[in-house]
Amino acid sequence: MSGADAPRRAGLPLRMLALGLAGLGGAVAVSFLTLNATSALLLSALIGAGLLYFLLSRFMGWSDRWMVIAVPLLWLGIFFLVPFFVLGRISLSETMIARPPYSPLWETDAQGNVEIIASLQNYWFILGDALYRNAYLSSIKIAAISTVFALLLGYPIAYYIARSPEPRRSFLLLLVVLPFWTSFLLRVYAWIGFLRREGVINNTLMWLGVIDEPLVMMQTDFAVYIGIVYTYLPFMILPLYANLVKLDGALLEAASDLGATPMVTFFTVTVPLSLPGVIAGSMLVFIPAIGEYVIPALLGGPDTLMIGRTLWDEFFSARDWPVASAVAIIMLILVVIPMMWLQSVQNRQEEGQ
Amino acid sequence: MRRGWFLPIVATFGFCFLYAPIVSLVIFSFNESRLVTVWGGFSTRWYGELLADGQMLAAAWISLKVGVLAASIATVIGTLAAFVLTRFGKFRGKLLLTGMVTAPLVMPEVIIGLSLLLLFVAMELVLGWPAGRGLTTVVIAHATFTSAYVAVIAQSRLRDMDESLEEAARDLGAGPVRVFFDITLPVIAPALVSGWLLAFTLSLDDLVIASFVSGPGASTLPMVIFSKVRLGVSPDVNALATIIIVIVAVAVTIAGLLLMRQSKKTG
Repeated sequence: MSGADAPRRAGLPLRMLALGLAGLGGAVAVSFLTLNATSALLLSALIGAGLLYFLLSRFMGWSDRWMVIAVPLLWLGIFFLVPFFVLGRISLSETMIARPPYSPLWETDAQGNVEIIASLQNYWFILGDALYRNAYLSSIKIAAISTVFALLLGYPIAYYIARSPEPRRSFLLLLVVLPFWTSFLLRVYAWIGFLRREGVINNTLMWLGVIDEPLVMMQTDFAVYIGIVYTYLPFMILPLYANLVKLDGALLEAASDLGATPMVTFFTVTVPLSLPGVIAGSMLVFIPAIGEYVIPALLGGPDTLMIGRTLWDEFFSARDWPVASAVAIIMLILVVIPMMWLQSVQNRQEEGQ
Repeated sequence: MRRGWFLPIVATFGFCFLYAPIVSLVIFSFNESRLVTVWGGFSTRWYGELLADGQMLAAAWISLKVGVLAASIATVIGTLAAFVLTRFGKFRGKLLLTGMVTAPLVMPEVIIGLSLLLLFVAMELVLGWPAGRGLTTVVIAHATFTSAYVAVIAQSRLRDMDESLEEAARDLGAGPVRVFFDITLPVIAPALVSGWLLAFTLSLDDLVIASFVSGPGASTLPMVIFSKVRLGVSPDVNALATIIIVIVAVAVTIAGLLLMRQSKKTG
């Protein structure tokens, strides 16, 4: 859209300015009444920036296009991208008992010589320590196994929904998305009631006479798999569904006309065509699962090693910020590869449309 | 395969898997007994205890404030990002912006939380703002990661939208700002409402990021719930879960009815 380059500033109604001023006053009043002073300042600053933008574009002739681009670019740049650089910087420090609890990267002595004291020692420490190595490996293992289970359960569901006639299809989709809107924490909590010794599953099985002794399910890796599959199942089903629903029925008919059994058709036509959906869904489960904290903390046992939990403990219990930062940076490197894969699959799909 | 028994059975099992824990939460919230999973008769006493829990109520109020502020900021930023990405053609920094609205969707929360906390600490050292951590830092953190979700929803709506409407308005002499507010915004408004709601829910629900960037006196509801739940099951958490589920169910039903009405009108 090239029209944005040549804004017709005369078309800007003045009532917008009045509206903005009224909004500013209202917001400042409301926020000072209900929040602390910093939040109020922040809110006023936001609205003030909007007003400034209006004045600059109307009276100074600044390019609207760039100012519109700047808002999301700056916000996400400052609060999403820059933090990673801070993370990297602190991972090169040493922990200190001070405020902030990490050493500076350089020191200037009396003669004005700058001495750099950044070091990779935190990384050597983590990579040399079996506990951290096992935590990374076990996170990848748990995330991968959970992803496979989520795929095995999610694919048939997505396929079933995609084949359903219309009113039922929307309803089933809603059923898939609905749990996502209720609290994730409370849904994980619900599984404690299900899996523990006197839980719903054990009580039911004992009442039915299937088992005599309660099964140990809580505080095991099994409980963590269940928790991850349960929480991330909608993320698996939705991209698979979006892919399967576009599947051309004529291809399936052609395959069966040529003598393929439904099984053969499914594995030679449907599955290969739905591969982008499979990859997208699997990555949407696998990547966040690697860094999962809540699920292993609530459902896993003390020996369930996951790197998100290790990082949490390193930060909140050991209070070692530099080591926690280095743990995070290595985790970041681990998840960036599947993330780029996901991105390229999605880009290709968009281009195909 | 199409009319087999396999798919319906797996699908039924899948939906039971999704809903059984939620149903049991609701049922046991009306349990008289403190032993959450042993039925001791019908009672609403846990709802009473919940309403008498000052810490819980204070945290809920903080979470609501954070949610409303964060979702509103996220909607503005997410919509602008989506608009810029779908309507502005190529510009410098487009790839960067695309990456920054996609990455938060899958980025592990512990990384977002820790890195943002370190940023806030560094900013306080250099700029003197934000002074300490609390409500403001939680709002900023939530607005940042939820704006990515708003951007995704707004982007798909902007792509589906008939661009000839915007072109027609421009041909008739409307400036870009006018076109945006008079044509684009009303058309994508339903998507923005669901984006705001999603951002609000995600903010209300977040434990990990809030735990990192929050400070004394700004414990959000999930933080209080987590510290309770960590010690074991507690029936008043069941009561709270039931209240949240009822609110969500009512909201989703209303939203669904509104959407159906609208699609009937326009379709």
